[in-house]
Amino acid sequence: MRNHLRLRYLAIAAMAAVAVAATLFWVLTLPDLVPASALPPYTPNLANGETMFNIGGCSACHAVPDKDPAKVDRLRLGGGLVLPSPFGTFTVPNISPDPNDGIGRWSEANFVTAMWEGTAPDEAHLYPAFPYGSYRHMQLADVRDLFAYLKTLPQVAGRAPPHDLAFPFNIRRLLGGWKLLFLRGGPFEPDPSKSAQWNRGAYLVNGPGHCAECHSPRNFLGGIVASERFAGGPTPDGKGWVPNITPAGLGHWGKEDVAWTEKDIASFLDDGMNPAGDYAGGSMAEMVRNTSRLSAADRAAIANYIFSLPPVQGPKPPPKTQ
Amino acid sequence: MIRIVLSVAALVLALSVAFAQEDVIKTRKELMKANGDHAKILSDMSKGDKPYDQAAVNKAFAQFQEAAAKMPNLYPENTKSEAGSPVADEFSPSPKVWENMADFKARFVKFGEEAKTTSAKVKDVDSLKAELGPFGKNNCGGCHETYRVKKG
Repeated sequence: MRNHLRLRYLAIAAMAAVAVAATLFWVLTLPDLVPASALPPYTPNLANGETMFNIGGCSACHAVPDKDPAKVDRLRLGGGLVLPSPFGTFTVPNISPDPNDGIGRWSEANFVTAMWEGTAPDEAHLYPAFPYGSYRHMQLADVRDLFAYLKTLPQVAGRAPPHDLAFPFNIRRLLGGWKLLFLRGGPFEPDPSKSAQWNRGAYLVNGPGHCAECHSPRNFLGGIVASERFAGGPTPDGKGWVPNITPAGLGHWGKEDVAWTEKDIASFLDDGMNPAGDYAGGSMAEMVRNTSRLSAADRAAIANYIFSLPPVQGPKPPPKTQ
Repeated sequence: MIRIVLSVAALVLALSVAFAQEDVIKTRKELMKANGDHAKILSDMSKGDKPYDQAAVNKAFAQFQEAAAKMPNLYPENTKSEAGSPVADEFSPSPKVWENMADFKARFVKFGEEAKTTSAKVKDVDSLKAELGPFGKNNCGGCHETYRVKKG
């Protein structure tokens, strides 16, 4: 074959390969959607919606921030909180029921799609800084109750500024690949060999509570390292440390080893005090503001589940002297 | 001769500054540790794990007031970093302490005042249970949330 013909065939083959790869990529990263037809008629339970709001920790990210965290109005979900991360800076959006700047025009199916699949109503992928990897384990009824409750909250005008992310993290379509790699499982399925209390705790922790999202180490792509789930890791801004909450971590606090009992965990979720008499600081203080609003039974269930976790040695925190 | 005297004086000055910094960091950590120890005693009583003891309650709130009075002066500019201090542990003050020094100090004033008023209200297990939660959350947790960083 003449050289110029060979080159031409090679060029065509290369272009075809690129086209195939691009199509494959496009297909693999198609957003998953929950259609309205998947939602049977349902009367929401607003009290349960409020419980989901508390354990889900929505206000911790979505409430309009204040310099003094204790002054934040938990029910004004206008967004604006800035979250530094290894991928750039996220600014949390407005999810108040405002029709122009919030989710006031979202359908129920839009909301379920966002919570379960991490996809926005315009079918763009949402960043997993929004922990849909955990929320996808929530039962449909709980998600629908939460949506109904959110719609009773005040409308807050004003859109938050867009995220400021480095290339290539600013390409949303790539999140389709991230989801393929890291999203696993759907609504929680109880373990029949365990008690009702344990199952409730397992559901609250792995679903709406999304505890593992902070309390686990992540790999370089930002996915949770599954084998070290709950074993602690650096805070998303890289400046602090989130403790190991498996028994390998909970036995230790400060310079002395102060053993946590299951009752201590439940009590901590109520008032933020650990067995050494110290009070939670950093982001955990905000968590306690939410968990203190749960029923004592739910806190006890969470404690029961956490206390039952197998001990896992997580990553080593930085040495104690700075 | 004069050079020796001056060098020694400079050395002594430098060392005393270093030791003074040392003292400040050590003292503030000791005060906070004492706060925690007393908070634990109050918590054990309020949960029924220890018998109610009014003397211990009064001592705890007195400790809080003492700490509240002393702490505001234990954060000089040159102790922003606790690096190299032999008492360094996994907690350190956030840079926000020095960015918002007025608010930081005001919180200790509030802590001391609330310790005093709460102490007058706690006479038995029930009043302890009612008062301890909000007191701890507002005065301990409230500050730690913004002003303390956990490193390890």
